[in-house]
Amino acid sequence: MESIDIIEALIKILIVIFGILLPCVTYLGVQLERKLSAYIQNRIGPNRVGPFGLLQPLADIPKLFMKEDVVPANANKFIHSLGPLISLSIAFSTFAVIPFGNVLPIVIDGVTHNIKLQIADVNIGVLYILALSSLAVYGITLSGWSSNNKYSLLGGIRSSAQMISYELSMGLSIIGVVMVNNTLQLDDIVVAQGGYFFDIIPKWNVFVQPIGFITFFVAMFAETNRLPFDLPEAEPELVAGYHTEYSGMKFGMFMLSEYLAMFMAASMITTLYFGGWQAPYIERFDLSPLFVSLSQLGAFFTKFALIVVFFMIVRWSMPRFRYDQLMNLGWKVMLPLSLLNIAITGFFILYFS
Amino acid sequence: MNKHLEKNEVIRLKDLKWNQKMYIPEIFKGMWSAVKQIFKPKFTYQYPEVKFEPASSFRGRPVLVHENGVERCVACGLCSRVCPALAIQVQAAETELDKERYPELFEINMTRCIFCGFCEEVCPEEAIIMSNEYELAFSSQQESIFGKDKLLKSVEEMKPRLDFLRAHR
Repeated sequence: MESIDIIEALIKILIVIFGILLPCVTYLGVQLERKLSAYIQNRIGPNRVGPFGLLQPLADIPKLFMKEDVVPANANKFIHSLGPLISLSIAFSTFAVIPFGNVLPIVIDGVTHNIKLQIADVNIGVLYILALSSLAVYGITLSGWSSNNKYSLLGGIRSSAQMISYELSMGLSIIGVVMVNNTLQLDDIVVAQGGYFFDIIPKWNVFVQPIGFITFFVAMFAETNRLPFDLPEAEPELVAGYHTEYSGMKFGMFMLSEYLAMFMAASMITTLYFGGWQAPYIERFDLSPLFVSLSQLGAFFTKFALIVVFFMIVRWSMPRFRYDQLMNLGWKVMLPLSLLNIAITGFFILYFS
Repeated sequence: MNKHLEKNEVIRLKDLKWNQKMYIPEIFKGMWSAVKQIFKPKFTYQYPEVKFEPASSFRGRPVLVHENGVERCVACGLCSRVCPALAIQVQAAETELDKERYPELFEINMTRCIFCGFCEEVCPEEAIIMSNEYELAFSSQQESIFGKDKLLKSVEEMKPRLDFLRAHR
């Protein structure tokens, strides 16, 4: 790897973290969720700081930083502070393989540089994401255990059981996509979704793999610990679950990683099932390559934002699953459905292509 | 509203139809009812700018009624006796007026008051009544003890509450 490539990768990392993820977490995540939940519950929501409450996140972040950081007396202090770090670093590093757009042609000194809008074009991108998202269990379980609090421990145990049982159907439903597109590279999966059926319907995987899409979508809800699967947190039963004993910025890190996990889920769903950065019908107009590239970037973020809003509306309209219902759904419905999906996909590939 | 909710029926899990057991259509129904709420009017008061004006039945902080600068109170001490939170302190003294006695000292500790309205109920002279004031924030304990200077309100000012008491008690 040449040094120029390393510099390019570093610049991309900085842009993705500070230009995309943090604004997304503060505005698309916290602010939009607060506003949307308020409107769904016939309230108004934050509207005091700045116009329409738009500066509320800027007031929240200093608050989180200045709060006292309490570590319980009998907690395992090392693991207690390691927990949020694991969660956060894993949540950030999963974004390394997400293709936010196609190549961006930038002209510097008359030379066109084609910059790929993806930090690392790993050829096993799908596996990388599966591996890291399974590691995210450690952050939650370790912090639940090390707090020396029964509620935290219960939250951590629940989370590990839930994430492991839903990871199975998540992985199996991804196999359907991999079988159809013949690759594990996320960018190639997006490129393969480029065409059209009957010249009208975009060839997105959601139309090719409807059963796999549903199982993956539900498994993603469980993976990100959001309602209706937020059993690790479950305020009415477990106080706040695994982060009961966290305060200040350590709690802030958990909140950040929770929202990042949701964005991860949304961008995975976009990439695998909704054609990633493919903006349908755009190649039928005669547009400059820079404009096409930018509108593909826009298409990615539009799909992404719509899925995030969907996640939020689901959160505010659905009750929480009971633990046995969660396990029944995971093992008796989702797992057979995703296996059936693989069988059907294999059958179609064998006889119709 | 759903029919079974109107009839107050219980639907068992085994009685669900296949499309209800599939979760997904029902989830979309639930989401649609959540989305509909977004466009409904909101009833929030923008508090410091727009203030809630309570009806005359509201039990705000207790006040003493005065007529032309003379308080109605005869310092019988019933309010102090009945107060479940022991918030009221009365010290009586004699006066040349017809009522013969008046409160030399009348203090209500507003951090103790629970706004039950027993003092108002027990008062034979309609001298202590509940007002419609609810903004009670203090920065010190001393500030929260209201003496006669803060408690006295004229009859004209308290007319809505007095009318309400005449009509409904």
